[in-house]
Amino acid sequence: MAGASESIVAATAARIFADLADPQTVNRAQDDGWAAGVWTAIEAAGLPLAWVPDELGGSGADIEDGFAVLAAAGGCALAVPLAETLLAGWLLARAGISSPPQAMTVAPARPHDRVTLGADGTLSGRAAGVPFAAATRHIAVLADSDTGPVVALAATTDCRVAPGRNIAGDPSDAVVFDHVKPLHLAPAPAGLNRDALMLMGATVRAVQTAGALEAILAMSVAYANERVAFERPIGKFQAVQQNLARLAGEVAAALAVSGSAADTMAQVDVADDAVFLEAASAKIRCAEAAQDGAAIAHQVFGAIGFTKEHVLHRFTLRMLSWRDDFGNESHWAAELGRRVARGGADAFWTLVASR
Amino acid sequence: MTTNLQFDQIRLPPECEALRAEVRAFLADEIAAGTFDPHRPGHGDSHNREFSRRVGAKGWIGMTWPKQYGGRERSFLERYVVTEEFRVANAPVRLHFVADRQSGPVLIKYAPEHIKHDILPRICRGELCFVIGMSEPNSGSDLFAAKTKATKVDGGFRINGSKIWTSNAHIADYMLGLFRTSPSTKENRRHGLTQFLVDMKTPGIAVNPIYQMSGQHDFNEVVFDDAFIPDDHVLGEIDGAWKQATSELAYERSGPERFLETFYVMLELIRALGPEPDLRGADGLGRLVAQLHTLRRMSVSVAGMLHAGKEPVVQGSLVKDLGTIWEQKLPNRVRELTAFLSPEIGNRATLEEQIAFATTIAPKLTIQGGTTEILRGIIARGLGLR
Repeated sequence: MAGASESIVAATAARIFADLADPQTVNRAQDDGWAAGVWTAIEAAGLPLAWVPDELGGSGADIEDGFAVLAAAGGCALAVPLAETLLAGWLLARAGISSPPQAMTVAPARPHDRVTLGADGTLSGRAAGVPFAAATRHIAVLADSDTGPVVALAATTDCRVAPGRNIAGDPSDAVVFDHVKPLHLAPAPAGLNRDALMLMGATVRAVQTAGALEAILAMSVAYANERVAFERPIGKFQAVQQNLARLAGEVAAALAVSGSAADTMAQVDVADDAVFLEAASAKIRCAEAAQDGAAIAHQVFGAIGFTKEHVLHRFTLRMLSWRDDFGNESHWAAELGRRVARGGADAFWTLVASR
Repeated sequence: MTTNLQFDQIRLPPECEALRAEVRAFLADEIAAGTFDPHRPGHGDSHNREFSRRVGAKGWIGMTWPKQYGGRERSFLERYVVTEEFRVANAPVRLHFVADRQSGPVLIKYAPEHIKHDILPRICRGELCFVIGMSEPNSGSDLFAAKTKATKVDGGFRINGSKIWTSNAHIADYMLGLFRTSPSTKENRRHGLTQFLVDMKTPGIAVNPIYQMSGQHDFNEVVFDDAFIPDDHVLGEIDGAWKQATSELAYERSGPERFLETFYVMLELIRALGPEPDLRGADGLGRLVAQLHTLRRMSVSVAGMLHAGKEPVVQGSLVKDLGTIWEQKLPNRVRELTAFLSPEIGNRATLEEQIAFATTIAPKLTIQGGTTEILRGIIARGLGLR
């Protein structure tokens, strides 16, 4: 995967985020007015539909570029449905469905939720924790049908949306499909099933988390170098240095494993054992890194980092929320463990070494 | 300051997979011939001269070195594959591993030409065992407190003092030793140390065994009593050895041996859980798999960055810090995850034997080759905190 600095698309994204979604400015804002400006800019730059080819209404960027944009978005704790629209566009494009303009989200967003396509051609079911659903015009749906998985585009207004918030304050809504007539419908291509969607979503959240962790490390190191206690910068104390080194370890692990999963997603279309190992590991390890990393960063900042006024919570609470989207780490660990156990001890190292 | 912890996305190239198949076939033959038992923990820590010679004959020792010194000029990534396959199989690499990993590369960089032509081909043939002579009774992590003295005499140096925790000294042919040739200075306390190649058969060198809590014998004390080392055995700059140390750290600290030392307990866990583990076993195993995969991706990435001529010193330290803590915790994690399994499971005896062995060696994992505290100091420096 191209690093954030190597991708032109990601550089464009980073510039827009810095100009219009600076976490400090956003944190001080009295309302959500800033979000419209950011959205207009990222839409003009073709970012939300980066994973949709030109002929289906998108900007046709590489999978790698999209992930680099998401790393940058995570790095500024971006709270607009960019990741969700990217993912929705990707899902629709895989089935050859054009993407409409404006924000979208994707359902289901949890591994055990299910939407089904009835004989009458309508969608039914319930999806919990759908990120930003109430803020979108359309929902890309992966539904089960008698003939296998199908991809559908539904108008959000045709669904019943029960609004909710995650701990970071971002919309996380329950969406009920009660005989919803889809605007478009197409069979999912071979290999695109609920697992494959969850693995892609898991990789998206892992990449965002790694981006947020990188930002948190930079903030924490800068603060430790400037905050003076006992007549020296706290970063001069070995206890603080050791904590920040541990934080760096978590950041490094998250960057490495999420980068590896993103790279894998860019190379292959079918969710085989290797994809499963990469994406599930990324979600598990990044969730662990989010947990430990958030705790260390808050420890470094002390009381000021616990205030609403300080920007740290925009990153830490968002990372901690992302743990629960597209399968939490316990879900993926059990799934991964079952797969490895089924393969047996003799096949295990071969699987690890294949990546 | 850098908070850039970039890990390049390195995938092993196809030639590595051909090599992996060759290594596995070789190891399968050795296991079939009874050279070692992959299920016996501790075998990976043992030495076997005949085995090392056969590994050398395959061209897998010093395989990245120049051909003129007996090497094969193969890539770091190919060496990575050989190292990880040997480690996973618990193969007895102790005799040649230190020479292959770090002593040889030091000699290539700093030894006079005639010494390189004499010694390096013998390392490549698996004939030579090297020992690292750095720690002293009062100088461990604080390397620059070393006191063992090298005094200039006609034609060479006389060594007096002792080195300790010297793994392999009792079987080693040569030591790469760090000795004091001058006092340190006020401006630079790292000044005054020189690196030497020491023939362990030199008169005046005594090796005294130190037995470990695991029951093994790797450690020794090496006492120097007026031992003579000729001038041409000086490696690099007199008094300036500290400059030679840092770039090698990434090599020593990021390899697969830094997270695979207790890997056998993980394989035994998978055997114990069987094909349909309960939820607790599946969840626990899955987390371990994710953590291991992450460590390996980091470690392969560092190998690739080294191959590309970069110096990922901070990344190398991060791999060792995370990797050694992981492999240290692994035996107890496996112990917990198998606690509620039936006492009748088929591999119970092997499992318990492996957990017991791994538990007794676990404390050393975060000490050898740079302690956790030292590594975190290096990382903190990389972050711009020191």
